[in-house]
Amino acid sequence: MALLDTRQRAGYVFLFVILGHVILISAQVNAKSGVPVLEAAAFGVFAEVQRGTASILGGIRHAWSGYVGLRQVRAENEVLRRQLAEAEIALQEQTALADRTRGLERLLELRDRSNLLTAAAEIIAAGATPDFRTVTIDKGTREGLRPDMAVIAPSGVVGRVVVPSASAAKVQLLIDRNAAVGALIERSRAQAVVVGAGDEWLRMEYVSEVADVAQGDVVVTSGIDGIYPKGFIIGRVETVEKSGGAYKRILVKPAVDFSSLEEVLVVLTPTPARKAAEEHSQ
Amino acid sequence: MKAARAVLAAALALALQTTLARVVVRGTDVVDFVLVVVVYAALTGGPITGLLTGTFAGLVQDTLSTGVVGIGGLAKTIVGFLAGVVGTQFIVAQPVPRFVVFFVATIVHAVVFYGLYILLDLRQFKPAYAAVAGQALGNAVVGVVAFQLVELLPGAVERRRAARTRIRR
Repeated sequence: MALLDTRQRAGYVFLFVILGHVILISAQVNAKSGVPVLEAAAFGVFAEVQRGTASILGGIRHAWSGYVGLRQVRAENEVLRRQLAEAEIALQEQTALADRTRGLERLLELRDRSNLLTAAAEIIAAGATPDFRTVTIDKGTREGLRPDMAVIAPSGVVGRVVVPSASAAKVQLLIDRNAAVGALIERSRAQAVVVGAGDEWLRMEYVSEVADVAQGDVVVTSGIDGIYPKGFIIGRVETVEKSGGAYKRILVKPAVDFSSLEEVLVVLTPTPARKAAEEHSQ
Repeated sequence: MKAARAVLAAALALALQTTLARVVVRGTDVVDFVLVVVVYAALTGGPITGLLTGTFAGLVQDTLSTGVVGIGGLAKTIVGFLAGVVGTQFIVAQPVPRFVVFFVATIVHAVVFYGLYILLDLRQFKPAYAAVAGQALGNAVVGVVAFQLVELLPGAVERRRAARTRIRR
């Protein structure tokens, strides 16, 4: 133990003396840069301490600025998200407005083209039950609507007014199973009656077996029903089948997409048949 | 006490070294009496005695020279410490081991001394292997002789006294 203490003491003394010599030498010797080695070494060590301190302080400052910046970015992000949501809503509104404008333009073109007195109306509600294909429009008797007035759209015939109120009206769609419209094949002028099937299709009835009807033929209103003006598109023939009887079995695809209908025109001008009936009643 | 005597011996060695250097300029390179004293003190007194003797002797030697103060001291401190360690770890009581220790100690001193100068880019030294080897040899011889003289000197005195006594009778 005593030997160990002696060795340890000798080691400590040795290291102490060596360190003293190094300091002594360093104080006298200039480095290549001309600066004393002791000064250079002290400066080097202190510079590393300074570098470490600066690095720590820089890290803290960077972290702090990052934290503050992150908070600002978060707040800014929230503002931008809000602005983006508002912009998306505004864009949707503008898009909807543009679509509505285009729809109205088509309606105006249709009105000009048809030379009929019409009233533009907006669909405000769908039918209460799927058994009856009806919609509610925002125009009523105040705007001159009456029952059995035709309702049309730029793409084709929509239906007829069945129950008008003062400011609204119920419109029976052409696809309703109780709906019917006098029709004819535009190409061959073969006449028939188009009725609703309760689904997305129309049936063309009372078409003679000898009538010239082919797939893809355009079906238009004939005007003989006294409700729908003549010449408006109902749809296209989808299938033509022989039923074995006197009439063909014809399926028609409506020209109007009833699922995306938004604006319609109500034809205020009475058809000749209706006008004659009114004059007869008076 | 050992350290004090070692320091005193180092002072005497310095005086001898400087005296001989004035008389025989080239001969001083053959033997470094100060280094011999340091190694001797380390072998007889241990590491602390060796390093303290080396520190003192080296620093004084440095101050008396034109070199950097501390390099010689550092070299002799290291040599003194190592020699002291060797003296405590191994049996160095015969002439041959002592010769080896003195020889190697001189080599180590030269390596540290010249190495520091080269490392600090203070002076350009040409390879002086022969000079270092010669000095190592000279130091080893002087060291072994010094050991023998010191060990034989007390007995010789006693024997001389005893011989004088027999002659008078």
